[in-house]
Amino acid sequence: MHRTPLHQFHLDAGAKMVEFAGWEMPIMYRGVHEEHKQVRTAGGIFDVSHMGRVRIHGRHARRFLERICTRRINDMQPGQCRYSLLCNERGGVRDDILVYRVDDDDFLLVVNASNREKLMGHFAEQKDDMVLTIDDRTLQTAMVAIQGPRVMEIIGKFSKEIPSLKRYRFAVKNLLVMKVTVSRTGYTGEDGIEAILPSGAIGMAMKLMLKDIDPNAPDAPIKPIGLGARDTLRMEAGMPLYGHELGEDIDALSCGVDFAISLDKDGQEQGEAFIGMEALKKTRDNGGPARKVVGLLLDGKRTARQGMKVLHDGAEVGEVSSACMSPTLDRPIAMAFVDAALAAPGGAFEIDTGRDAKLSAQSCALPFYKAKKD
Amino acid sequence: MSTPTDRKYTESHEWLKVDGDVVTLGVTKFAVEELTDVTYAQMKGVGTDVDAGGPVGEIESVKATSDVYSAVPGEIVEVNGALDNDPGLINTDPYGAGWLVKIKASDLGPLESLMDAATYDASH
Repeated sequence: MHRTPLHQFHLDAGAKMVEFAGWEMPIMYRGVHEEHKQVRTAGGIFDVSHMGRVRIHGRHARRFLERICTRRINDMQPGQCRYSLLCNERGGVRDDILVYRVDDDDFLLVVNASNREKLMGHFAEQKDDMVLTIDDRTLQTAMVAIQGPRVMEIIGKFSKEIPSLKRYRFAVKNLLVMKVTVSRTGYTGEDGIEAILPSGAIGMAMKLMLKDIDPNAPDAPIKPIGLGARDTLRMEAGMPLYGHELGEDIDALSCGVDFAISLDKDGQEQGEAFIGMEALKKTRDNGGPARKVVGLLLDGKRTARQGMKVLHDGAEVGEVSSACMSPTLDRPIAMAFVDAALAAPGGAFEIDTGRDAKLSAQSCALPFYKAKKD
Repeated sequence: MSTPTDRKYTESHEWLKVDGDVVTLGVTKFAVEELTDVTYAQMKGVGTDVDAGGPVGEIESVKATSDVYSAVPGEIVEVNGALDNDPGLINTDPYGAGWLVKIKASDLGPLESLMDAATYDASH
């Protein structure tokens, strides 16, 4: 099992460690709901070093990515990040990733930990005779996310440039002797950054980034946050997660991320057809996917679970993909696939718990939570 | 928090504390650490008859929904109402304010085969 360069930091902070996708990771430190609220009200730091970081560079790097990504790559500027899906030929989802364009022919991909090895195989297969290098940087680098409404103000104390980054932009900074890639991105619905740096430098970088903040002090503006709260934060933000809303057998057009799928990109300048595009076009031309992701607001206090059946007028019309007790809304929420005809907000559903209980729920538009803009 | 020695423990991580013929039942600190944040506790109502080893309710947490069992047979005579507003009591005080139900036991015999605190601590 892999350990991240922040392993000792987690132990010192009292983390409960669990196995996740081949990594020993902190599921929580103090309590999932406390950590969740910390991120919504102030700030939190997440170790996301388990996520895969793959550099793809060389003369054909752009064409390669244009072919595997559902989203346009060609029109990205150096210094820009873009969320994209990777699909299989059937239009199912191999993974969702973040593409960083470092330079014209130099890209960094951040992929899900659980899919890294699968994708390395996929990349090697797709490379064919293209001239490019695929370099898995995961074990040589660390990655942290710092998220929350107070984060930019705190980072502003030691960097003018980072708070001036626009959303989905990044900068490569030289911090003492190390190279740090800082992007204004995240997976919580809050403002914040994600930073990638050499694994040997993480200890020093944490001290620099957190400056005089002791993240274990009770009133710290930034505290360590585990994977448990990362999941409830992303659910409130309506963001899909591989293994829940995304999967090889789930049609990409049903996942609620149509903005990340450019079905016409082969017609654009320097465009390429992407893997899965033909299948997805067929789905679109035949009236769209059978099911779509919706948000569900549940009545009562019981939490739904992934896999529970969703009913409408007594008939089974879908399945829960993610669910939790929302700390911000103080009520249970869920994401679910339901028949596309029933996917409009405001629909009445029931969730069969499989435990002799049915929970009533109303569908709503995603996200459940949106951060206030200053 | 050390494991209290005034009660018995099950392999499914409940504790049972006897007072006359009434048994107070809850879940152990180990169990709540596994569950992480408890979000809801649904116990069967007062007056419900429980078999030895039968379910008395469910605890929901951010991670999972788990059944809670009573090692002794009897009738539920009280449910911890404080958990309705604050299920987190199960996290913060599993051996005290986070108790779940009180059962008027019809047979205390099954307690004999349960673990004491030291045996329980050594079992996981």
